[in-house]
Amino acid sequence: MNINDKDGRKIVDIIQRYAQKHSLWVLAYGTGCGAIEIPPTMTSRYDAERFGITGRPTPRMADVLLITGYLATKTLKRVIRSYEQMQSPKYVIGFGSCTINGGMYWDSYNTIKSLDHYLPVDVYINGCMPRPEAVISGFVKLQEMISDGSANGWEKYRDNLDLYRSQQKEVIKNWQMPDYNW
Amino acid sequence: MSFDWIKLLGFIVTPLIASAVGFTYMGLSRKVTARVQNRIGPGVSQSFIDVVKLYSKKTAIHHGVMQHMGPVFAITASVTTLFFIPILKDSIFFANFSFRGDLIFLMYIMVFGQLGMALGAGQTGNPNSAIGVSRGLSQMVGYKVPYVLALIAIMVNFETTNLQELIAVQDGFRNWMIFQMPVASLAGMLAFLGFMMYAPFDVPFAPSEIASGPPSEFGGKYLALMMTSRSIFTFVKLVLFVDLFFGGASSFIELLIKTFVLYLFALFVGLVNPRFRTEQSIQFWWKWPAAIGILAVLLVAWKG
Repeated sequence: MNINDKDGRKIVDIIQRYAQKHSLWVLAYGTGCGAIEIPPTMTSRYDAERFGITGRPTPRMADVLLITGYLATKTLKRVIRSYEQMQSPKYVIGFGSCTINGGMYWDSYNTIKSLDHYLPVDVYINGCMPRPEAVISGFVKLQEMISDGSANGWEKYRDNLDLYRSQQKEVIKNWQMPDYNW
Repeated sequence: MSFDWIKLLGFIVTPLIASAVGFTYMGLSRKVTARVQNRIGPGVSQSFIDVVKLYSKKTAIHHGVMQHMGPVFAITASVTTLFFIPILKDSIFFANFSFRGDLIFLMYIMVFGQLGMALGAGQTGNPNSAIGVSRGLSQMVGYKVPYVLALIAIMVNFETTNLQELIAVQDGFRNWMIFQMPVASLAGMLAFLGFMMYAPFDVPFAPSEIASGPPSEFGGKYLALMMTSRSIFTFVKLVLFVDLFFGGASSFIELLIKTFVLYLFALFVGLVNPRFRTEQSIQFWWKWPAAIGILAVLLVAWKG
Protein backbone atom coordinates (compact mmCIF):
# COMPACT_ATOMS: atom_id res chain seq x y z
CA MET A 1 0.00 0.00 0.00
CA ASN A 2 1.47 3.32 -1.02
CA ILE A 3 0.78 6.19 1.32
CA ASN A 4 0.42 8.70 -1.52
CA ASP A 5 -2.08 6.41 -3.18
CA LYS A 6 -5.63 7.72 -3.13
CA ASP A 7 -6.96 4.70 -1.26
CA GLY A 8 -3.98 4.68 1.09
CA ARG A 9 -4.53 8.33 1.89
CA LYS A 10 -8.13 7.49 2.69
CA ILE A 11 -7.13 4.93 5.32
CA VAL A 12 -4.74 7.41 6.95
CA ASP A 13 -7.52 10.00 6.94
CA ILE A 14 -9.92 7.59 8.62
CA ILE A 15 -7.40 6.84 11.40
CA GLN A 16 -6.57 10.52 11.89
CA ARG A 17 -10.21 11.57 11.96
CA TYR A 18 -11.06 8.82 14.42
CA ALA A 19 -8.33 10.09 16.75
CA GLN A 20 -9.28 13.76 16.27
CA LYS A 21 -12.91 12.93 16.91
CA HIS A 22 -12.40 11.01 20.13
CA SER A 23 -9.85 13.28 21.70
CA LEU A 24 -11.10 16.86 22.01
CA TRP A 25 -9.01 19.00 24.34
CA VAL A 26 -10.83 22.12 25.39
CA LEU A 27 -9.08 25.35 26.31
CA ALA A 28 -10.22 26.04 29.87
CA TYR A 29 -10.76 29.75 29.35
CA GLY A 30 -14.06 31.12 30.71
CA THR A 31 -14.91 34.07 28.48
CA GLY A 32 -18.45 34.79 29.74
CA CYS A 33 -20.98 33.75 32.34
CA GLY A 34 -21.65 30.44 30.52
CA ALA A 35 -18.39 29.10 31.93
CA ILE A 36 -20.38 28.15 35.04
CA GLU A 37 -21.95 25.29 33.06
CA ILE A 38 -18.57 23.71 32.28
CA PRO A 39 -17.71 22.29 35.76
CA PRO A 40 -20.94 20.21 35.94
CA THR A 41 -20.28 19.00 32.38
CA MET A 42 -16.81 17.79 33.36
CA THR A 43 -17.50 16.38 36.83
CA SER A 44 -19.15 13.17 37.97
CA ARG A 45 -22.80 13.81 37.02
CA TYR A 46 -22.36 14.37 33.26
CA ASP A 47 -18.72 13.24 32.88
CA ALA A 48 -17.66 14.56 29.48
CA GLU A 49 -14.38 12.63 29.75
CA ARG A 50 -16.33 9.57 28.55
CA PHE A 51 -16.16 11.12 25.06
CA GLY A 52 -12.49 12.03 25.38
CA ILE A 53 -13.29 15.66 26.16
CA THR A 54 -10.90 17.11 28.74
CA GLY A 55 -9.78 20.56 29.73
CA ARG A 56 -6.27 21.76 28.92
CA PRO A 57 -4.63 24.75 30.56
CA THR A 58 -2.88 26.34 27.57
CA PRO A 59 -3.95 27.18 23.98
CA ARG A 60 -0.93 25.37 22.50
CA MET A 61 -2.27 22.01 23.62
CA ALA A 62 -5.96 22.65 22.96
CA ASP A 63 -8.15 21.67 19.99
CA VAL A 64 -11.46 23.30 20.84
CA LEU A 65 -12.01 26.92 21.82
CA LEU A 66 -15.26 27.13 23.75
CA ILE A 67 -16.64 30.68 23.69
CA THR A 68 -18.88 30.59 26.75
CA GLY A 69 -21.29 33.50 26.39
CA TYR A 70 -21.01 37.21 25.60
CA LEU A 71 -17.76 38.72 24.36
CA ALA A 72 -16.79 42.25 25.30
CA THR A 73 -14.57 43.90 22.69
CA LYS A 74 -11.76 43.73 25.25
CA THR A 75 -12.24 39.97 25.69
CA LEU A 76 -12.48 39.47 21.92
CA LYS A 77 -8.89 40.62 21.55
CA ARG A 78 -7.68 37.95 24.00
CA VAL A 79 -9.88 35.32 22.37
CA ILE A 80 -8.39 36.06 18.94
CA ARG A 81 -4.88 35.79 20.35
CA SER A 82 -5.70 32.47 22.04
CA TYR A 83 -7.32 31.14 18.87
CA GLU A 84 -4.31 32.02 16.75
CA GLN A 85 -1.94 30.29 19.18
CA MET A 86 -3.82 26.98 18.89
CA GLN A 87 -2.47 24.33 16.52
CA SER A 88 -4.69 23.31 13.61
CA PRO A 89 -6.95 21.44 13.10
CA LYS A 90 -8.78 23.56 15.65
CA TYR A 91 -12.46 24.14 16.24
CA VAL A 92 -14.60 26.89 17.75
CA ILE A 93 -17.85 26.25 19.58
CA GLY A 94 -20.15 29.24 20.13
CA PHE A 95 -21.96 28.67 23.38
CA GLY A 96 -25.24 30.40 24.31
CA SER A 97 -27.40 32.92 22.48
CA CYS A 98 -24.93 35.78 23.14
CA THR A 99 -22.55 34.37 20.53
CA ILE A 100 -25.33 33.96 17.97
CA ASN A 101 -27.05 37.35 18.00
CA GLY A 102 -25.92 39.18 21.11
CA GLY A 103 -28.65 37.66 23.27
CA MET A 104 -29.63 39.91 26.15
CA TYR A 105 -26.71 42.20 25.33
CA TRP A 106 -27.91 42.91 21.78
CA ASP A 107 -27.87 46.72 22.19
CA SER A 108 -24.92 46.92 24.55
CA TYR A 109 -22.21 49.42 23.66
CA ASN A 110 -19.19 47.21 24.21
CA THR A 111 -20.15 43.64 23.32
CA ILE A 112 -20.06 42.03 19.91
CA LYS A 113 -23.29 40.62 18.45
CA SER A 114 -22.36 37.80 16.11
CA LEU A 115 -19.22 35.82 16.77
CA ASP A 116 -19.20 34.51 13.20
CA HIS A 117 -17.89 37.86 11.91
CA TYR A 118 -14.65 37.56 13.87
CA LEU A 119 -13.84 33.86 14.23
CA PRO A 120 -14.96 30.83 12.17
CA VAL A 121 -17.52 29.03 14.33
CA ASP A 122 -18.05 25.32 13.70
CA VAL A 123 -20.92 24.56 16.07
CA TYR A 124 -23.39 26.80 17.87
CA ILE A 125 -25.16 25.69 21.03
CA ASN A 126 -28.20 27.86 21.67
CA GLY A 127 -29.89 28.62 24.96
CA CYS A 128 -29.36 31.02 27.83
CA MET A 129 -27.74 29.10 29.37
CA PRO A 130 -27.45 25.72 27.65
CA ARG A 131 -27.68 22.83 30.09
CA PRO A 132 -24.81 20.31 30.29
CA GLU A 133 -26.87 17.92 28.13
CA ALA A 134 -26.98 20.59 25.41
CA VAL A 135 -23.24 21.16 25.73
CA ILE A 136 -22.53 17.46 25.31
CA SER A 137 -24.91 17.27 22.32
CA GLY A 138 -23.00 20.18 20.79
CA PHE A 139 -19.74 18.27 21.22
CA VAL A 140 -21.31 15.17 19.66
CA LYS A 141 -22.40 17.31 16.70
CA LEU A 142 -18.80 18.54 16.38
CA GLN A 143 -17.58 14.92 16.43
CA GLU A 144 -19.98 14.06 13.60
CA MET A 145 -18.72 17.05 11.62
CA ILE A 146 -15.11 15.99 12.15
CA SER A 147 -15.79 12.46 10.95
CA ASP A 148 -17.45 13.65 7.72
CA GLY A 149 -14.77 16.33 7.24
CA SER A 150 -17.02 19.40 7.40
CA ALA A 151 -15.47 20.92 10.52
CA ASN A 152 -12.97 23.01 8.56
CA GLY A 153 -13.37 26.44 10.15
CA TRP A 154 -9.59 26.72 10.59
CA GLU A 155 -9.10 26.41 6.82
CA LYS A 156 -11.71 29.11 6.27
CA TYR A 157 -9.90 31.40 8.70
CA ARG A 158 -6.53 30.77 7.07
CA ASP A 159 -7.88 31.40 3.56
CA ASN A 160 -9.92 34.51 4.40
CA LEU A 161 -7.54 36.00 6.93
CA ASP A 162 -7.69 39.54 5.44
CA LEU A 163 -11.48 39.63 5.63
CA TYR A 164 -11.50 38.43 9.23
CA ARG A 165 -8.73 40.89 10.16
CA SER A 166 -10.62 43.86 8.69
CA GLN A 167 -13.78 42.87 10.54
CA GLN A 168 -11.84 42.43 13.78
CA LYS A 169 -10.19 45.83 13.37
CA GLU A 170 -13.60 47.47 12.95
CA VAL A 171 -14.51 46.59 16.56
CA ILE A 172 -11.10 46.68 18.19
CA LYS A 173 -10.09 50.32 17.74
CA ASN A 174 -6.63 50.27 19.34
CA TRP A 175 -5.21 47.29 17.47
CA GLN A 176 -1.85 46.56 19.05
CA MET A 177 -1.41 42.86 18.48
CA PRO A 178 2.14 41.51 18.49
CA ASP A 179 3.49 40.44 15.13
CA TYR A 180 3.98 36.71 15.59
CA ASN A 181 3.57 33.70 13.38
CA TRP A 182 1.35 30.93 14.60
CA MET B 1 31.24 -13.41 15.80
CA SER B 2 27.88 -14.12 14.23
CA PHE B 3 25.30 -11.46 13.76
CA ASP B 4 22.50 -11.90 16.27
CA TRP B 5 19.22 -11.28 14.47
CA ILE B 6 17.04 -11.87 17.51
CA LYS B 7 18.96 -9.18 19.41
CA LEU B 8 18.46 -6.71 16.57
CA LEU B 9 14.74 -7.45 16.54
CA GLY B 10 14.62 -6.97 20.31
CA PHE B 11 16.47 -3.67 19.89
CA ILE B 12 13.65 -2.40 17.66
CA VAL B 13 10.73 -3.96 19.52
CA THR B 14 11.74 -3.07 23.10
CA PRO B 15 10.92 0.70 22.89
CA LEU B 16 7.64 -0.10 21.12
CA ILE B 17 6.59 -2.54 23.85
CA ALA B 18 7.70 -0.06 26.53
CA SER B 19 5.66 2.78 25.07
CA ALA B 20 2.63 0.54 24.52
CA VAL B 21 2.73 -0.61 28.15
CA GLY B 22 3.29 2.96 29.34
CA PHE B 23 0.33 4.32 27.35
CA THR B 24 -1.91 1.48 28.54
CA TYR B 25 -0.98 2.24 32.16
CA MET B 26 -1.68 5.95 31.58
CA GLY B 27 -5.11 5.07 30.15
CA LEU B 28 -5.82 2.72 33.06
CA SER B 29 -4.79 5.42 35.50
CA ARG B 30 -7.36 7.78 33.96
CA LYS B 31 -10.00 5.06 34.27
CA VAL B 32 -9.07 4.37 37.92
CA THR B 33 -9.07 8.08 38.71
CA ALA B 34 -12.54 8.40 37.16
CA ARG B 35 -13.91 5.47 39.18
CA VAL B 36 -12.51 6.94 42.40
CA GLN B 37 -14.24 10.24 41.55
CA ASN B 38 -17.54 8.39 40.87
CA ARG B 39 -17.33 8.92 37.10
CA ILE B 40 -17.34 6.43 34.24
CA GLY B 41 -14.21 7.74 32.64
CA PRO B 42 -12.62 7.26 29.21
CA GLY B 43 -11.68 3.93 27.68
CA VAL B 44 -8.31 2.30 28.33
CA SER B 45 -7.14 3.23 24.81
CA GLN B 46 -7.69 6.97 25.40
CA SER B 47 -3.97 7.73 25.73
CA PHE B 48 -3.25 6.05 22.37
CA ILE B 49 -6.03 8.11 20.74
CA ASP B 50 -4.66 11.31 22.29
CA VAL B 51 -1.13 10.70 21.05
CA VAL B 52 -2.28 9.73 17.52
CA LYS B 53 -4.29 12.94 17.41
CA LEU B 54 -1.26 14.97 18.50
CA TYR B 55 0.94 13.32 15.84
CA SER B 56 -1.73 14.10 13.19
CA LYS B 57 -1.82 17.84 13.95
CA LYS B 58 -1.29 19.85 10.76
CA THR B 59 0.83 22.63 12.29
CA ALA B 60 3.54 22.73 14.93
CA ILE B 61 5.34 25.87 16.04
CA HIS B 62 8.58 26.19 17.96
CA HIS B 63 10.29 29.20 19.48
CA GLY B 64 13.90 28.28 18.92
CA VAL B 65 16.48 25.56 18.37
CA MET B 66 16.54 24.39 21.96
CA GLN B 67 12.77 23.91 22.09
CA HIS B 68 13.12 21.81 18.95
CA MET B 69 15.81 19.71 20.63
CA GLY B 70 14.25 19.41 24.10
CA PRO B 71 11.70 16.65 23.34
CA VAL B 72 14.33 14.82 21.26
CA PHE B 73 16.72 14.83 24.23
CA ALA B 74 13.93 13.56 26.47
CA ILE B 75 13.03 10.64 24.22
CA THR B 76 16.72 9.80 23.63
CA ALA B 77 17.31 9.63 27.37
CA SER B 78 14.23 7.44 27.89
CA VAL B 79 15.24 4.93 25.21
CA THR B 80 18.87 4.89 26.36
CA THR B 81 17.83 4.21 29.94
CA LEU B 82 15.50 1.48 28.73
CA PHE B 83 18.38 -0.39 27.06
CA PHE B 84 20.41 -0.51 30.28
CA ILE B 85 17.69 -2.07 32.44
CA PRO B 86 17.24 -5.85 32.53
CA ILE B 87 13.55 -6.18 31.67
CA LEU B 88 13.32 -9.94 32.17
CA LYS B 89 15.71 -12.30 33.95
CA ASP B 90 18.16 -13.89 31.47
CA SER B 91 16.16 -12.83 28.42
CA ILE B 92 17.90 -12.90 25.05
CA PHE B 93 15.05 -11.12 23.27
CA PHE B 94 14.92 -7.84 25.16
CA ALA B 95 17.87 -5.63 24.38
CA ASN B 96 20.09 -5.22 27.39
CA PHE B 97 23.51 -3.59 27.59
CA SER B 98 23.91 -4.31 31.29
CA PHE B 99 27.54 -4.11 32.44
CA ARG B 100 29.48 -3.92 35.70
CA GLY B 101 28.59 -0.66 37.40
CA ASP B 102 25.38 -0.01 35.47
CA LEU B 103 23.56 1.15 38.63
CA ILE B 104 25.92 4.12 38.92
CA PHE B 105 25.46 4.85 35.22
CA LEU B 106 21.67 4.74 35.66
CA MET B 107 21.84 7.29 38.49
CA TYR B 108 23.31 9.77 36.01
CA ILE B 109 21.47 8.96 32.79
CA MET B 110 18.03 9.14 34.42
CA VAL B 111 18.52 12.88 35.00
CA PHE B 112 19.37 13.57 31.35
CA GLY B 113 15.77 13.52 30.09
CA GLN B 114 14.62 16.02 32.66
CA LEU B 115 17.56 18.29 31.82
CA GLY B 116 16.66 18.15 28.12
CA MET B 117 13.08 19.00 28.94
CA ALA B 118 14.26 21.86 31.15
CA LEU B 119 16.42 23.30 28.34
CA GLY B 120 13.54 23.00 25.86
CA ALA B 121 11.05 24.59 28.22
CA GLY B 122 13.50 27.35 29.07
CA GLN B 123 13.73 28.38 25.41
CA THR B 124 9.98 29.02 25.12
CA GLY B 125 10.13 32.13 27.30
CA ASN B 126 6.86 31.30 29.00
CA PRO B 127 7.08 32.29 32.69
CA ASN B 128 5.01 29.25 33.70
CA SER B 129 7.57 26.97 32.04
CA ALA B 130 10.43 28.64 33.89
CA ILE B 131 8.64 28.28 37.23
CA GLY B 132 7.84 24.64 36.46
CA VAL B 133 11.44 23.86 35.52
CA SER B 134 12.84 25.46 38.67
CA ARG B 135 10.30 23.57 40.78
CA GLY B 136 11.03 20.27 39.06
CA LEU B 137 14.80 20.55 39.46
CA SER B 138 14.45 21.62 43.12
CA GLN B 139 12.23 18.66 43.85
CA MET B 140 14.68 16.34 42.09
CA VAL B 141 17.35 17.48 44.56
CA GLY B 142 14.90 16.39 47.25
CA TYR B 143 13.97 12.85 46.22
CA LYS B 144 17.37 11.88 44.84
CA VAL B 145 18.81 11.94 48.39
CA PRO B 146 16.85 8.95 49.81
CA TYR B 147 17.13 7.17 46.43
CA VAL B 148 20.92 7.38 46.32
CA LEU B 149 21.23 6.52 50.04
CA ALA B 150 19.10 3.39 49.53
CA LEU B 151 21.17 2.38 46.50
CA ILE B 152 24.44 2.94 48.42
CA ALA B 153 23.19 0.71 51.25
CA ILE B 154 22.23 -2.03 48.79
CA MET B 155 25.45 -1.77 46.77
CA VAL B 156 27.67 -1.88 49.86
CA ASN B 157 25.74 -4.76 51.41
CA PHE B 158 25.99 -7.04 48.36
CA GLU B 159 29.33 -5.61 47.17
CA THR B 160 28.11 -5.20 43.60
CA THR B 161 27.08 -2.37 41.30
CA ASN B 162 25.46 -4.61 38.70
CA LEU B 163 21.68 -4.82 38.42
CA GLN B 164 21.71 -8.39 37.11
CA GLU B 165 23.73 -9.61 40.09
CA LEU B 166 21.27 -7.82 42.37
CA ILE B 167 18.38 -9.65 40.68
CA ALA B 168 20.25 -12.94 41.06
CA VAL B 169 20.64 -12.25 44.79
CA GLN B 170 16.86 -11.92 45.21
CA ASP B 171 16.03 -15.47 44.19
CA GLY B 172 12.66 -16.60 45.57
CA PHE B 173 9.90 -14.69 47.31
CA ARG B 174 11.62 -14.59 50.72
CA ASN B 175 14.81 -13.12 49.33
CA TRP B 176 13.20 -10.05 47.80
CA MET B 177 15.05 -6.89 48.70
CA ILE B 178 12.09 -5.58 50.74
CA PHE B 179 12.54 -8.58 53.08
CA GLN B 180 16.34 -8.71 53.00
CA MET B 181 16.86 -4.97 53.55
CA PRO B 182 13.55 -3.47 54.73
CA VAL B 183 14.94 -0.10 55.85
CA ALA B 184 16.75 0.65 52.60
CA SER B 185 13.70 -0.53 50.65
CA LEU B 186 11.44 1.82 52.60
CA ALA B 187 13.65 4.79 51.66
CA GLY B 188 13.72 3.57 48.04
CA MET B 189 9.96 3.18 47.82
CA LEU B 190 9.39 6.67 49.24
CA ALA B 191 11.78 7.98 46.56
CA PHE B 192 9.70 6.05 44.01
CA LEU B 193 6.71 8.26 44.88
CA GLY B 194 8.85 11.26 43.96
CA PHE B 195 9.92 9.62 40.69
CA MET B 196 6.31 9.01 39.63
CA MET B 197 5.33 12.65 40.32
CA TYR B 198 1.76 12.00 41.38
CA ALA B 199 0.24 14.09 44.14
CA PRO B 200 1.41 15.22 46.68
CA PHE B 201 4.63 15.55 44.66
CA ASP B 202 3.17 16.89 41.38
CA VAL B 203 4.73 20.25 42.20
CA PRO B 204 6.33 20.93 38.76
CA PHE B 205 3.16 20.32 36.70
CA ALA B 206 0.34 21.83 38.83
CA PRO B 207 -2.18 22.47 35.99
CA SER B 208 -4.45 24.74 38.04
CA GLU B 209 -1.60 26.84 39.34
CA ILE B 210 1.11 27.28 36.68
CA ALA B 211 -0.75 25.92 33.61
CA SER B 212 0.94 22.48 33.53
CA GLY B 213 4.44 23.93 33.98
CA PRO B 214 7.29 22.94 31.61
CA PRO B 215 5.18 21.68 28.64
CA SER B 216 2.85 24.70 28.70
CA GLU B 217 4.20 26.12 25.43
CA PHE B 218 4.51 22.76 23.63
CA GLY B 219 1.80 21.78 21.18
CA GLY B 220 1.15 19.33 18.39
CA LYS B 221 4.00 16.98 17.52
CA TYR B 222 6.32 18.35 20.22
CA LEU B 223 3.79 17.44 22.89
CA ALA B 224 3.28 14.05 21.24
CA LEU B 225 7.03 13.34 21.43
CA MET B 226 7.07 14.36 25.08
CA MET B 227 4.09 12.10 25.83
CA THR B 228 5.81 9.17 24.11
CA SER B 229 8.98 9.84 26.08
CA ARG B 230 6.95 10.00 29.29
CA SER B 231 5.25 6.68 28.56
CA ILE B 232 8.60 4.94 27.93
CA PHE B 233 10.12 6.52 31.03
CA THR B 234 7.17 5.41 33.19
CA PHE B 235 7.84 1.83 32.11
CA VAL B 236 11.58 2.29 32.77
CA LYS B 237 11.00 3.53 36.31
CA LEU B 238 8.55 0.75 37.12
CA VAL B 239 10.87 -1.99 35.79
CA LEU B 240 13.86 -0.50 37.60
CA PHE B 241 12.07 -0.54 40.95
CA VAL B 242 10.71 -4.05 40.35
CA ASP B 243 14.28 -5.16 39.58
CA LEU B 244 15.71 -3.44 42.63
CA PHE B 245 13.21 -4.30 45.33
CA PHE B 246 10.79 -6.98 44.10
CA GLY B 247 13.10 -9.59 42.66
CA GLY B 248 12.74 -8.81 38.95
CA ALA B 249 10.50 -10.92 36.73
CA SER B 250 11.09 -14.11 34.79
CA SER B 251 8.05 -13.88 32.50
CA PHE B 252 6.29 -10.98 30.84
CA ILE B 253 3.01 -11.67 32.68
CA GLU B 254 4.81 -11.55 36.02
CA LEU B 255 6.46 -8.30 34.99
CA LEU B 256 3.10 -6.73 34.05
CA ILE B 257 1.48 -7.78 37.35
CA LYS B 258 4.35 -6.49 39.47
CA THR B 259 4.72 -3.19 37.61
CA PHE B 260 0.98 -2.54 37.61
CA VAL B 261 0.70 -3.11 41.37
CA LEU B 262 3.61 -0.73 41.85
CA TYR B 263 1.92 1.81 39.55
CA LEU B 264 -1.36 1.54 41.48
CA PHE B 265 0.56 2.18 44.72
CA ALA B 266 1.81 5.55 43.42
CA LEU B 267 -1.57 6.34 41.86
CA PHE B 268 -3.61 5.63 44.99
CA VAL B 269 -1.26 7.71 47.14
CA GLY B 270 -1.74 10.46 44.57
CA LEU B 271 -5.53 10.23 44.49
CA VAL B 272 -6.07 10.81 48.21
CA ASN B 273 -3.56 13.63 48.62
CA PRO B 274 -3.55 17.32 47.75
CA ARG B 275 -0.42 19.00 46.37
CA PHE B 276 2.59 20.07 48.45
CA ARG B 277 4.12 23.48 48.02
CA THR B 278 7.71 23.32 46.71
CA GLU B 279 9.40 23.95 50.05
CA GLN B 280 7.07 21.53 51.84
CA SER B 281 8.01 18.85 49.33
CA ILE B 282 11.77 19.37 49.75
CA GLN B 283 11.40 19.56 53.53
CA PHE B 284 9.59 16.22 53.45
CA TRP B 285 12.34 14.53 51.40
CA TRP B 286 15.17 15.86 53.50
CA LYS B 287 13.46 14.98 56.80
CA TRP B 288 12.01 11.43 56.96
CA PRO B 289 13.07 9.56 53.80
CA ALA B 290 16.63 10.94 54.06
CA ALA B 291 16.79 9.94 57.75
CA ILE B 292 15.59 6.42 56.88
CA GLY B 293 18.21 6.25 54.12
CA ILE B 294 21.02 7.27 56.50
CA LEU B 295 19.75 4.68 58.99
CA ALA B 296 19.93 2.02 56.25
CA VAL B 297 23.54 2.95 55.44
CA LEU B 298 24.45 2.89 59.17
CA LEU B 299 22.83 -0.54 59.58
CA VAL B 300 24.92 -1.92 56.72
CA ALA B 301 28.10 -0.37 58.16
CA TRP B 302 27.33 -1.77 61.64
CA LYS B 303 26.58 -5.25 60.30
CA GLY B 304 29.68 -5.48 58.08
